[in-house]
Order: sequence, then C-alpha cells, then structure tokens
Amino acid sequence: MSELRERSVSVRGQPCRVWEKGEGEPVGYLAGLGGLLEWTPFLDRLAERRRVIAPSIPGFPGANGHHELDTTLDWIAATLDLLEQAGLEGTDLIGASVGGTLAAEAAAISPRMVRRLVLEAPFGLFDEDEPVTDPWAQAPGALAQLLAAHPERLGLAPPEDDSIEWQVLLVRASEAAARLLWPTTDTGLGSRLYRIRVPTLLVWGSEDAIIPASYAKRFADVIAGPTEIRSIEGAGHLVDRDAPDEAAAAVLAFLE
Amino acid sequence: MKLLWFHLMPYTDLPDDFAETNECVWVDIDSRLFEPEKAHVMYNDFLDELEFAAEMGLDGVCVNEHHSNGYGLMPSPNLMAATLARRTRDTAICVMGNSLALYNPPTRVAEEFAMLDCISGGRLIAGFPVGTPMDTCYAFGQNPSTLRPRYYEAHDLILRAWQEPDTFTFNGRYNKQRYVNIWPRPVQKPHPPIWIPGGGSIETWQWCARMDYVYSYLSYFGYKQGHATMQGFWDEMDRLGKDRNPFRAGFLQFVGVAETREEALKLYKEPAEYFYGRCLHLNPKWAMPPGYTSEATIRARVQSQIVRAANQTAALNTIARDMDEIVERGYIIVGSPDEVAEQLREVAVNLNIGQLMMLLQFGDMGKQTAMYNTEMFTKRVMPQITDLFEDEWENRWWPQPMAADARAVPKELAR
Repeated sequence: MSELRERSVSVRGQPCRVWEKGEGEPVGYLAGLGGLLEWTPFLDRLAERRRVIAPSIPGFPGANGHHELDTTLDWIAATLDLLEQAGLEGTDLIGASVGGTLAAEAAAISPRMVRRLVLEAPFGLFDEDEPVTDPWAQAPGALAQLLAAHPERLGLAPPEDDSIEWQVLLVRASEAAARLLWPTTDTGLGSRLYRIRVPTLLVWGSEDAIIPASYAKRFADVIAGPTEIRSIEGAGHLVDRDAPDEAAAAVLAFLE
Repeated sequence: MKLLWFHLMPYTDLPDDFAETNECVWVDIDSRLFEPEKAHVMYNDFLDELEFAAEMGLDGVCVNEHHSNGYGLMPSPNLMAATLARRTRDTAICVMGNSLALYNPPTRVAEEFAMLDCISGGRLIAGFPVGTPMDTCYAFGQNPSTLRPRYYEAHDLILRAWQEPDTFTFNGRYNKQRYVNIWPRPVQKPHPPIWIPGGGSIETWQWCARMDYVYSYLSYFGYKQGHATMQGFWDEMDRLGKDRNPFRAGFLQFVGVAETREEALKLYKEPAEYFYGRCLHLNPKWAMPPGYTSEATIRARVQSQIVRAANQTAALNTIARDMDEIVERGYIIVGSPDEVAEQLREVAVNLNIGQLMMLLQFGDMGKQTAMYNTEMFTKRVMPQITDLFEDEWENRWWPQPMAADARAVPKELAR
C-alpha cells in the first residue's frame, strides 16, 4: 500500500489539509466530530482498494476558516469548494457524523458532485420525540464514552510535548461542529434531502448514543435515490473508528 | 469610592436536600420547585431591600440578568430597574446588564435603556455583559461560536442608535435593520456610562481599555481568588499605557456586618451556606460550550497565574460549602463594622477597585436580616471607606443625572 500523502488546498483563502492514500478510483472522506488527528485503520482498509482523499473541513484538524462561515449555505459552499479543490468532483463520497451532514448537503445542493454517497450516522435531522444527544452538554470526559463503544480507538490521549495546542485543536474542532449544528443539530437538511438522487448507503452503529439508529430510516425515507441501511452491531456514533473492519467491509461492498 | 448594593434575587426556598436531589440550579432546574405565590413575596421583599439600600444612601443599586436560574430571578433586569427608577431619587441604577447578543434586534436594548435613563432622569449605568454560557448558549440557544462577534456587533449598533441624530441603515453581519431611529433617546450625553461585567478574558480587558469602559469582575469567590484576575487586568492596563484609575474597575464582594465577628458568623452562616451549597450547585456540563472562550484565552489561562489560582481551587474540590471555609477563602467578608471597613479598604486598595458592588443580601437571607446588614453597613462601615480614591482620581464612569430640581417626583399613592 502507498504512503500517506499530504497537500493543502485553499477554501475562501484559508488553507485546508488534504490527506490521501492508496491508488485507483478516488473516494472522498469527510470526518466526523473531532476530525482526523491521525490516519485511521478504517481509511487504511479503504486505501487497499481505492485512492482515499480526506480533506479537512474548516475548523477540523488541519484546516481553519470556520469563523468565516455563518449560515448553513456558507458551510455548503465551503464544502463544495473543498471537494472541487481536493479533486472530488463527481466521485464517490463518504461522510461521517458532521462530515455526513455536509456530504448530504453537498449531494442535495449539487447532485452532480457526488456519484455514490455513504452517510455514517449523519447529523442534520432532529425529532423531539427521539432527540439527538447534545454533545456539547456533557460532563468533562464523558463525551468519549458517548462517541464510541471503544473510546480508546478514538486516539484522544494528548501528546506529552504540547498538550496546550492539542487541547486548542480539540476545542476548535468541537467549536466548528457546534458552529454548524448548534443548538439542536438540525441544519434544515430534512427539507433538502429529497434532492439526493444518487445511490446512498446509510451506516449506523447499533449502539449510537448520540444519534439514535432509528434516524437511518428517517434519512432513507426522504432521499430520492436508492438507499440501503447497514447497521454495525455493537458500534457507537463514530462507527468507522469503533468498528473499522466491519464499517470498511460494508462501505466497500456498497461501492463495488 | 463608589459603593453599590447588588441584588441577585435568589429563589429563597430551595429545599434542604436540593444539592443531593437535583443536578443543577441552572438551565434544567426542576420547575416544580418554583412556587409563584412565594415568588410574589420574594420579588416584593427584594425590591423593598433595594429601595431601602437607596434610602440608606448607597451610591447605586444593581440588578442583573439570568435565565432558567434558581439564584437569579431576573430574566429581565430592566423591569426591576423600571420600578426602581420610580421608587428611588438620587441613587445610580446599575443594570448589570443586558446580554446584548440575546436581543433581536439589539436596538431593543438601546430603547429600553433609553427609557430607563429618561424615567430616572439620567441615573442609569448601562451594563453590557456577554452573558454566561448557561444563560446565553444553553437557556437561550445562542451559538457559542458566534456569540462574541454578535455581542460586539450589537454593541456597535446600540452605540450608534443612541448617538446618531438621523435615521440610519445598519447592514451588519448578523443584524440588518433598514431604519434605525430609536425613540426615546437617553438623557445622558453622549450616552450612559458603560460597564462591562467579565470573567477574566484578555480580550475583554483590552476592549474595555480601548473603549474606555469600566471592567467589572463579577465573581462569587471573593477578593482572594479575585486578586489574580484583577492583577492580570491592571498588568494589561499598564501594558496598554492606561492609567491606574481605580474607577476603571468594578468588583463584586459578599459582605456581612454585625456588632461582633462572632455574631456576624452566626447570623450569616445559614444564608451563606444556602448560597454556596444550593445556589451554586452547578453541573459542569454547562460550563464549556466550544467557542465561548477564545483560543487566546484558553492558551493564556493554561499559562498564566489566573489558571494556577483556578486550578488550586479545583484541587480543593471546587467550591467551599461551609461557613468556616467560605470565610477563610474570602468569599464573604464578615465581622464588626470596623473589621469589615478595614478589610474592604484593604481589598479596594490591593485590587485597586473604585466601584465596589456588594451583596448584602445573599442566599435565603430574609428581608429583616438584609435590612439590618444594610443599615449596619451604611451607618457604620460606609463612612469609613467612602472617601477612598475620591481626591486622587476622577470617576469618569458615573451617571450624570439631570439637576435634582429638574427631575420629576412621583406622586404619593392615594391609598
């Protein structure tokens, strides 16, 4: 397998990191809450078969610029810029959690941008009868337990040499997600989902403590394209971190 | 120095086991604990206390804004200030204040503060807090990542609305108003004095210096813990080349006065323990919405002594809950009139505070005790400290009311 490659693209004048690994047909990946502090086993599985391109969305590790984005439309425009700049026009696209929201928004607003869509537990909808958990109202240290059944797989232990900057990085990523999703995580995506006409896979951890797994059906019911739902047994919200092999198998099976 | 009487208006009937059986006094506090008929009495007692403080000669009375909060029954401090404007004569009315980003459009604040300034004949101090995370981001659902830019923009709009004589258009990033032209306009020109309540962020210090506003450090943890923050503030003023005029700074301090220290310790034990045990029963999950604290302040706090002080407190398992420790840590200054005067003088000098805001009612303290405390303070403490700084420094941040003989006097009630 090839080495991890890094480049930088510009979105609204702000540098955004693009990580890339593997050869073959490109597939994009937009990360979930916290972003990518490191390349992950899930992406390695994909990179064995595909050229995986993972651009950082503004505010996530490797990218700034979230403070310029005020409205959902600003975020969608920035995501489309990012996908174009990263070489992901008309390719398959995977979005997890927050990245799933933006992937779905991009596919709805610009249908030709995405060939096939994979959404792993995306935010964007909210039902008062079955509310999404508030990730920003948790006791210190409690969030990791909510994000994954195996929080140790999230790679959240601070490095010893620069814990301040590491802390700033995590807070910044959390702020970027909050900037898009505060206060209920409903971006209005529900009224645009009908415009998604491409084949779409919804992947959900059966133990998702942030967004109930039943939300998969809410998405599938409105998306116009053919949809599949895959539940990953025992996995939490950040499903591809929690269960990398199972998630990768489900995604590759759908894309191939 | 200026001495102001600050009321938080705490709900005084939280159950004895509140901290054991409830998660938090704020945001998701159990509404079934709220009894409106009791609150009727509380509000009227609280207003009696504020009016009494004004009658006794305090320089100012202060009210503030909280939402979904068991220790602060003032979602709208402006309502309280409106009745105080009618029921007090010469006292400054300090609204500490309106959380600017919560008002849409923010010209609402410009209007209501202008009303208060007109009704009171120019006695208003306009407080502009960002607001706590609990009030703004959780209870009011404001985005923590845009809260500060919204706050600064609202500030700019309000200042223009007060001062621009002609109708204007405000096409801001967050606020767009085609026709801004508020009626009424404030009595005080160019506008009422502006005080900024803050919690120790560098940006706020710098902004107060640039705008020439009073910085008020409103902490419930007294002068010992406040020392590091005020040190940071004055260091920053030095760095920016501003003078050390103590009237640039406000500070909040709990005070309890009685004939002797022993008597004071006994008298104020219950309300103090009620406040720190029940009113400050806070759930840390509401403390850190991301973006509320700037990255610069996060870095500075990690590196500076502010955080060392805060960490020390955290190491001591956060908040002191029993009277001995509450007093030991300086949350409350208690004692005989002479002892309290000496301590307050020392605090004012050491922290260089010209605008001292005091909580003489706190926790579940009843009206009788609150008035006793106020009377002891005004008659026997105030005369000993009120002269401080007055000859050396000019207080450029105090209201300039209309001449007394030009001000209207409300008529007596017929029955």
